[in-house]
Amino acid sequence: MNVQNLIIDLISQSAANVFSTMLGAELGPPEASIEQGVPEVNDGIVSFIGLAGAWAGTGSVVCSPTVACRICSLMLMTDTTSVDADVLDAVAELTNMIVGSVKNDLEPHLGTLGLSIPTVVFGKNFRTKSAGATDWIVVRFPWEGDVLVVKLFLAPTERVPHAVSHMMGQTCPLEV
Amino acid sequence: MESDVLVVDDSAAIRKILQRVLRQTGMAIRTIHEAGDGQEALEVMKSQSVSLVLTDINMPKMDGIQLLGALKSSPQWHKIPVVMITTEGGETKVGEAVRLGAAGYVRKPFTADQIKEKLAGILEPALPL
Repeated sequence: MNVQNLIIDLISQSAANVFSTMLGAELGPPEASIEQGVPEVNDGIVSFIGLAGAWAGTGSVVCSPTVACRICSLMLMTDTTSVDADVLDAVAELTNMIVGSVKNDLEPHLGTLGLSIPTVVFGKNFRTKSAGATDWIVVRFPWEGDVLVVKLFLAPTERVPHAVSHMMGQTCPLEV
Repeated sequence: MESDVLVVDDSAAIRKILQRVLRQTGMAIRTIHEAGDGQEALEVMKSQSVSLVLTDINMPKMDGIQLLGALKSSPQWHKIPVVMITTEGGETKVGEAVRLGAAGYVRKPFTADQIKEKLAGILEPALPL
């Protein structure tokens, strides 16, 4: 399995697990793609969390204000209808848990990774750009008539491939 | 005997969830204090009675590992049990927490039952009404 397919599987599992455990909700079937080029214009909520180590990159959750309010309502057992500090905090924590879980499951393959503190942006007609990020692994989950998007960009920072060492001439199961 | 619990997490959402979960555990809890990072936690502990600390690991200013180290090296606080509640699952940070004397570890995302199970050997059950 290559790293991209592994990450797609891990994002799918992690998001489903976080939603069922923390929100008591079930996401629809994931749809994965690789996105390149100019970042799209955003309306709504975007969160980011950094990953660093022998591999480095950024994890991101993108959703509408409606989805963010629904996440907050389920997570905190409140009735939230507008984006406030609690909503941004709930999305930040959701991002931390989804990407943190992916990070933990990637570590046996890619070595130790550090996780930053998440940042959440709420606004209209804005673009985001992560330095160095060209190919984003994007997984879209339908959820109650709307969509939640989880994105991850990850690339090796040095030529120390994995935590697992290989004998001369062996083929590595993880390809970049 | 009722316990005073300190919940330490930079996420207000997680602090609220843990407050709710702790109240639902059926354990004898008198007060639940909150702090947003390790430094704030130490400030709370100077002025409040605390018998159990639940802490995140990744936090700004002072992280959960540093907080655990500060508590375990303190003559005043070294016996207070500290449970780590974190997304971290790697051997590095969890192993370090165990070496420093953490009483337990719960990985996020968590269920109320997982928290209850972890605290069962630490907190006393509430007396029946």
